[in-house]
Amino acid sequence: MNEKEVEILEILEENARVPMEVLADMVDVTVEEVERMVKSLEEQNIILSYSSVINWDKAAGKDGVAAMIDVKVTPKREVGFDEVAERIYRFPEVKAVYLMSGAFDLSVQIEGKTMREVAFFVSNKLSTLDSVLSTTTHFLLKKYKHDGIIFEPEQKDKRIVVSP
Amino acid sequence: MRQVKQKYVSKTASQLKPSGIRKFFDLASQMDNVISLGVGEPDFVTPWNVCEAGYASLESGYTAYTANAGLMELREEISSYLSEQFSLSYSAQSEIVLTVGASQAIDLAFRAIIDPGDEVIIVEPGFVAYAPAVTLAGGVPVSLETSAEDEFKVTRDRLKKVITKRTKAILFCFPSNPTGATMSEEELKDITDLIEKHDLLVLSDEIYAELTYDQTHYSISRIEGMRERTILISGFSKAFAMTGWRLGYVTGPEEIIGAILKIHQYTMMCAPTIAQHGALEALRSGRADLDRMKRSYRQRRNYLVKAFNQMGLSCHMPGGAFYAFPSIQSTGMTSDEFAEKLLQEERVAVVPGHVFGAGGEGYIRCSYATSIESLQEAVKRIEQFVERHAEKA
Ligand SMILES: Cc1ncc(COP(=O)(O)O)c(C=O)c1O
Repeated sequence: MNEKEVEILEILEENARVPMEVLADMVDVTVEEVERMVKSLEEQNIILSYSSVINWDKAAGKDGVAAMIDVKVTPKREVGFDEVAERIYRFPEVKAVYLMSGAFDLSVQIEGKTMREVAFFVSNKLSTLDSVLSTTTHFLLKKYKHDGIIFEPEQKDKRIVVSP
Repeated sequence: MRQVKQKYVSKTASQLKPSGIRKFFDLASQMDNVISLGVGEPDFVTPWNVCEAGYASLESGYTAYTANAGLMELREEISSYLSEQFSLSYSAQSEIVLTVGASQAIDLAFRAIIDPGDEVIIVEPGFVAYAPAVTLAGGVPVSLETSAEDEFKVTRDRLKKVITKRTKAILFCFPSNPTGATMSEEELKDITDLIEKHDLLVLSDEIYAELTYDQTHYSISRIEGMRERTILISGFSKAFAMTGWRLGYVTGPEEIIGAILKIHQYTMMCAPTIAQHGALEALRSGRADLDRMKRSYRQRRNYLVKAFNQMGLSCHMPGGAFYAFPSIQSTGMTSDEFAEKLLQEERVAVVPGHVFGAGGEGYIRCSYATSIESLQEAVKRIEQFVERHAEKA
């Protein structure tokens, strides 16, 4: 991985919509080069996807609930936690799965349309898995910051228009 | 009535020209939806850790004066910062004074060294406050014009021409506002013997030192024989995105700093206490934020400068600060005309080059301390503008 590639990744992580021509100028390479580099980063699964962070609280018409579930599991010989983690992350309602140190083993983030839906998932899908010992469900009440992005009304430029 | 009141104003004050930047501010601030490339300050807000330190200092009751020279702890931190970043050695005890922005440091430096009639060479195009600050201190500003052919650097020949028997000092600012020019060790060494020969003082405004992109910043005071004649001015406004905190500093040989401290003590007492606590945190933990901002400026610089050259506004690659200084001579307009029409027709604010003094006419200053999205939009609009006016010509 060279310096330019790291720079490209940083720029795209912050703003995936920057046009290729602009990106090329920003890191000072040709458009062809930048396109080749981005393509190769995609092929290597370094760039996995380009996503948007949406503040659904502000978008009328789509309500949902999210929960974070602390899961205790018994690891299996040979495969440790990986096998049960995979069983869990394959469910489409699961948005994230992390292996944690501390009081529990897996942190599972799920999203559903209603609280009932989430409750159903936990009691019927998650808790019934063989290796799952216990679950503690925390419903998410409000998002303040997610993936480094602060969820608040757009900050206006507070600088005066022209200054020394 | 106005006339009567006017008579009370001192000659010095009434003869000061209003800043050309002010005029542009008045124009631009009356309009909506202006994309501003006219801003001489970071678009980042002050790093959060620094703001936290400001809150904490209030909570802890640090609301009184500090020592005249500033908090000892902060002076020590600046001393080691200057040594680590720029290989400079200044004593926290006797060679550093915290000021109300680099602006006050500039004022103090001139007041401390100028006797009536002394000439001070000002490198132009340059920061708008230099020449008036010389005048206010009773000196005579003499402009040293630089040009795009020399990438707005100071050359021996040009310097030689403006030195007279009355020359007391020369003021540098590299990286430069408004040109973004930088000077390397070799280029500086090329002029220092002239400075020594004529026994000049150097005021080196290095407020953009951290924002140097293609090489590392080299301070003139590192050159042999220069430390004892250099007053170095810097501050937290630009690199740490702290313009509103009003905190700068001045360092130099003890005798001069002693004189500066006397004036500071009688005119300002001390720099703002809360800001000093913020600055301490900036030096201790601000490196990552600084690097992040710097990386972003460099990317935007690359984009903007290329765009100017592509649309036929020839622009040298600025080595530092956050300004591009493209030529608008190909349009046949003066910088005032260009800037005013651009603002009126396309709602993009830039600063006409002539406000920065000799050599600035024919150029505009465009700050790239603004988001890449705004820069893209600004480029689109300027391009349209240039094309439209080229057709008419
Ligand atoms: C070259 C230069 N020196 C000094 C200053 C003033 O900085 P401060 O905010 O520290 O007073 C500026 C601000 O624009 C500047 O561009």
